[in-house]
Amino acid sequence: MKRLMYFIMLALLAATLVACGGGQQLTCEDAIGCVEIAPGDPIRIASALVITGPNAQLGTDSQRGVEIAIEDRGEIEGHPIELQAEDDGCTAEGGQTAAQKIVSDPTIVGVIGTSCSGAGVPASAIMADNGFVMISPSNTAPVLTHPDTREEGYFRTAHNDEVQGAAMAQFAYNELGARVAAAIHDGDPYTEGLASVFRDSFEELGGEIVAFEAEDPNATNVTPVLTTIAAAGPPEFLYYPVFTVLGANLTQQARQVEGLGETDVAGADGMLSPDFLEAAGDAALGMYLSGPDLGFENQAYTDFLATYQENYGSEPVAAFHAHAYDATNILLDAIVEVAQVSDDGTMLIGRQALRDAVAATSGYTGITGTLTCDENGDCADPAIAVNEVQEVEGALDFVPIFNYVP
Amino acid sequence: MAQALRRIEIDFVDLFLWLFRTAIIILVIWGTVAKVFFGVGTEYSTAAWIDFTIAGIAQGSLYALIALGYTLVYGVLFMINFAHGEFFMSGTMTATVFVAIPLASAGYLDSNPFMSMLAIMLTAMLVSVGIALLTERVAYRPLRRAPRLVPLITAIGASFFWQYFFRGLYGSAVVPFPNIPIFSGTIEIFGLEILRTRLVVMAASIIMLVGLYFFVMRSKTGKAIRAVAEDKDVAALMGVNVDRTIAITFAVGAAMAGAAGILYGLMFGQTHFFMGFVPGIKAFTAAVLGGIGSIPGAALGGLFLGVIEAVGPPLFLEGLGIPGAHQLKDVIAFTMLVLVLIFRPQGIIGERLAEKKA
Amino acid sequence: MSRIDLRNAAKIGLMAGVAAASVSAIGMVQTFDERDLITNVLTLGQVLLFAASVLAGYQAAQQHTAAERGRTLLTGLIAGFLAALPVLGLVLLTALFPNIRTKLVNVSATLIQILTFGLGPSLGSLLLAAVMTLLGVGGSLIHVIPSRISRPIIIGLVSTLVLGLLSEVLLGVLRPLVGSQVTGLLFGTKGLRLVTAAVVFLLITSGYWWWSARGEEDMQLRLQAQNPERAQRMRTMRVVVGIVLLLILPFILGTYLTEVLDIVGLFILMGLGLNIVVGYAGLLDLGYVAFFAIGAYVMGILTSQSALGLTDISFWMALPIAVIVSVVAGLVLGTPVLRMRGDYLAIVTLGFGEIIRVLATSDLLKPYIGGAQGILQIRKPQIGSFQLVQPEEFYFLILAGCALAAFVSWRLSDARLGRQWMAMREDEDVAEAMGIHLVKTKLLAFAIGAGFSGLAGAIFASRLSSIFPHSFNLLISINVLSLIIVGGIGSLPGVVVGALVLVGLPELLREFAEYRLLMYGALLIVMMIRKPAGLWPSAVQQRELEGVGEETDTFPSERALHPETHEPMSEQVVEASTTTVRGS
Repeated sequence: MKRLMYFIMLALLAATLVACGGGQQLTCEDAIGCVEIAPGDPIRIASALVITGPNAQLGTDSQRGVEIAIEDRGEIEGHPIELQAEDDGCTAEGGQTAAQKIVSDPTIVGVIGTSCSGAGVPASAIMADNGFVMISPSNTAPVLTHPDTREEGYFRTAHNDEVQGAAMAQFAYNELGARVAAAIHDGDPYTEGLASVFRDSFEELGGEIVAFEAEDPNATNVTPVLTTIAAAGPPEFLYYPVFTVLGANLTQQARQVEGLGETDVAGADGMLSPDFLEAAGDAALGMYLSGPDLGFENQAYTDFLATYQENYGSEPVAAFHAHAYDATNILLDAIVEVAQVSDDGTMLIGRQALRDAVAATSGYTGITGTLTCDENGDCADPAIAVNEVQEVEGALDFVPIFNYVP
Repeated sequence: MAQALRRIEIDFVDLFLWLFRTAIIILVIWGTVAKVFFGVGTEYSTAAWIDFTIAGIAQGSLYALIALGYTLVYGVLFMINFAHGEFFMSGTMTATVFVAIPLASAGYLDSNPFMSMLAIMLTAMLVSVGIALLTERVAYRPLRRAPRLVPLITAIGASFFWQYFFRGLYGSAVVPFPNIPIFSGTIEIFGLEILRTRLVVMAASIIMLVGLYFFVMRSKTGKAIRAVAEDKDVAALMGVNVDRTIAITFAVGAAMAGAAGILYGLMFGQTHFFMGFVPGIKAFTAAVLGGIGSIPGAALGGLFLGVIEAVGPPLFLEGLGIPGAHQLKDVIAFTMLVLVLIFRPQGIIGERLAEKKA
Repeated sequence: MSRIDLRNAAKIGLMAGVAAASVSAIGMVQTFDERDLITNVLTLGQVLLFAASVLAGYQAAQQHTAAERGRTLLTGLIAGFLAALPVLGLVLLTALFPNIRTKLVNVSATLIQILTFGLGPSLGSLLLAAVMTLLGVGGSLIHVIPSRISRPIIIGLVSTLVLGLLSEVLLGVLRPLVGSQVTGLLFGTKGLRLVTAAVVFLLITSGYWWWSARGEEDMQLRLQAQNPERAQRMRTMRVVVGIVLLLILPFILGTYLTEVLDIVGLFILMGLGLNIVVGYAGLLDLGYVAFFAIGAYVMGILTSQSALGLTDISFWMALPIAVIVSVVAGLVLGTPVLRMRGDYLAIVTLGFGEIIRVLATSDLLKPYIGGAQGILQIRKPQIGSFQLVQPEEFYFLILAGCALAAFVSWRLSDARLGRQWMAMREDEDVAEAMGIHLVKTKLLAFAIGAGFSGLAGAIFASRLSSIFPHSFNLLISINVLSLIIVGGIGSLPGVVVGALVLVGLPELLREFAEYRLLMYGALLIVMMIRKPAGLWPSAVQQRELEGVGEETDTFPSERALHPETHEPMSEQVVEASTTTVRGS
């Protein structure tokens, strides 16, 4: 709160100075303070994504989404946009530190992050206390947008586990007609959450879960866990919502385990990236992966991919770049909407107004679908597509085959 | 009086250790009996048990090859070379990016699989050796006379450095190791269906382990290595170039790691900058388990670790009714390590180095 | 030294060049190029690249005496030019193989633009070669100019660059104090403004010049003139000022830097504990994170407001329980390893750390400690109706914890128990023969060390309000071990210095995110090679290291101090003066 006081005082001081200098008067009337940007100075936004450690790909990929969104936008009212990239380390303490660093810089307008839900829990609390707005491209834990535990100013463009896990259960039970299924998670909150929701939803539909297993995310020899699953059922449907490295190992070795030949295998958006197809190779053929519905005519995404390739020399290396791109655009749109600009180009952005503007996002057409923020901060398009990995023009690609609308 | 008290307390420790190992043995037996005779948890066919074992042996042979580097270096320098996992990674990634993938896209990998594999493997070994020698020269050699913990820290530093150096070079994404048709599919031996890749990995490991054993035992360089391991001063007096011999030891260990890396690529189809860390720690565990400083020990420790990781969870953990058993394989591996070291503090077949030099 | 040693110059130049090309190829130059040190004039990326040629010139020209001006400069020129070659090679490589980027992902068009100053490959390469060659000459120039001029300039230059590097931190401190209008004049959005940089450079250079010319002598004289009583009073004063400074630090530094201090503090707390185990008792423990996790989880399940919370007691009630449980865990995990030595101990303790982490993640214990989803809504400490939330408030709690741990360690080090630990560290068999009770002594070390770690864990849990199993990984154990060794093993101030350097510094340089661990690794290597005894070695340890030879009859510290500077001699000198080859 002390910081806020500083803020308000500074804003007042600044306002007085501006007033003395003549020109149009801008006064901050926002309930929790404003950010003032001098003429020509950049509008600063921060990211708090995981860019070190074993999960580095996930955050690096998202950060690129943010960077491309900023590049595409160019400038707002003559102010360039600048990104302050922080690392959430994919841990609670990393999220806390990154958040403290961001809120200690009052020139930062809004935050894209965090990558991991574990980091999001403490980070969102700090953002809330300091009047910031944060939009996460890849937090999926239900607790973050649960009405009892959600923090003010927290939003996300990634799908809540509860939606995505249930979608896959529906698909397996109704579309594929599977009655016996199994799931594997890797002890990460994201994968454990999805696998648990899948289990519960599938059982609710009337199916049977014959094995609910766990594997170490760094495991290479996953034949034993797959053999256990084959011996338990064998299941008609096997769901492992993990990340690229373990996912590719499971996919390749599942083809080699006796008894899993007839089993349909599936994952979630943690593997929905070209990177996974490369890593898993032909073994991924026929696999099902849930994720945002990209099935519509999506020129924006095609352009995005071209820019990505141009800027970073590779195809996307993980799954949440698109969510990050949309998150950044929602934030930037909200800034455009609430920014007051004086004649000399000084810009004033109200923090509460900014939160309200993000919360009011409705029918925004992004590259992950049509996004509307609900009262708990879930902004993802509720439509979830299940993509099948097919061979398209000699290369593996994701082809949407099922749409789930809750 | 004091003597008597002391006797009682030492007995207390013995009692604790006895309880500890009895408890673990009872749990293991209980789990196994429940599994085998009462069929608690999933029921496995004989084929499934064989699958567990073979998958474990294949993984274990990789551990063994990497463990060699730890064991050799430990033998001569008494230091834990934490960066060894990174030697493994560096060669593999470089060979994959610059040799395997171009060869695959040019079609040589399909038409000339054995020559290509040889080229890939040699590249990997060369790069690993280069990185190892550089690390030894810069980070270890200046510290020969420093307290033992100091080179441990530089080794940790080198590990971080190389990990993130190669991440910067080749990116954070997974680099797939190309699929080689001749090595895919299964082959039947003694009525068992075995994946060809696993067979290749096991065969290659055996050849390399045996080769290395004879190299160290018979060749002149091998003798020099053993002399340095025994006593550096005396070896120097006998005309052995100690620095050069230590460098050779690093090179030999790294070459094994580079080769292991390509086998890893063959078996799991992917390489990435983080791939060295976990196998490195596992291999270190394997080296200690087998008896650090001993080549057969490293081989045995690697195999034991690989098999216990694969067979342990379904055998005793599921028998105890534990959910998500495979997640706990590291718990089994490390508990076994403690158990073995309580029984035999020098490892399965190690000499009593621990007392003498540690 | 009459001839130019071409081979040496070439070797140094090319090595520096390979280093420069490598940092370019792994993307550091490009990433750091976005970071202005001096707004719109100099970026960190450029400094990184050009530092290579300056250092090459400096190093290569070292063999010449100051009188051989021409040769010195020529050597610098050669080294600088050769340092440019590998970088030019990189530029050429991209020209020859345009899709090299599919292999080396960071060799991008932007990087080449930076390397060639945006002038295109041919013209840009020429300019790059010219600049790097000149900088090589610049490096050798240091040997030519008398040091009373060159030293102040170098110090001024380096300090200005460091200030530019830390400008973000400085901004954070200054902004609340003087307001953004003033800071806006001093700093660009990233880095110092050119005018500020020039002023800072002039101030520091002239200040240092004055100090080395006049001030230092004055000070020395005044110090000598002091009588012992006054010196004593000065010392007391210094301690008092230090304590007051520690108490008001969070108010000066602001929220973020205090947050960093909190993290450093937790690591100091753990470092003090591990220092007892490794530093005093000589038991190499790589699984120290286990007790940190146990402390955190005990705090979690005792005070969580969520469904996992067992009780509803306060932080202050839970804290001693967490510490006691950790101590018991220290005894339980310590017993099986009592008879293991050296590296066997290391791998087994590493295993214990991993076992605890895997168990915390597991589905087996999920109903009790939350598994992958962790424990949320852990209570914050409360004093009356006042709740500790902000980093500034936690600072005092952590400070108190560190003070307690430091006091205990300090008292123990001179007590009977401390002596027993050190005897045991030196030689277990002899210690036992001397009548030291090994079992009790070892277990006490494990237990006390575990207690400190548990305390840190409990505070950690409460500070975050939420804990997840992957926070308790091997890296924490490695970090704590590194910091006590880098600081100087067995030394209490060493723990503080080590934590500041290895935990605090990387936190401040968060913006280098992707390359943080790379630099951390390099830092570990460089520091250990420059100062194997640590940054602030304990007196005992220093004597041992210097007395590494067998000549224990000479009092080592006399021998190893440089006769003029009174600084410990470099490692090579010490090595050369000893005769044996054996390590310990």
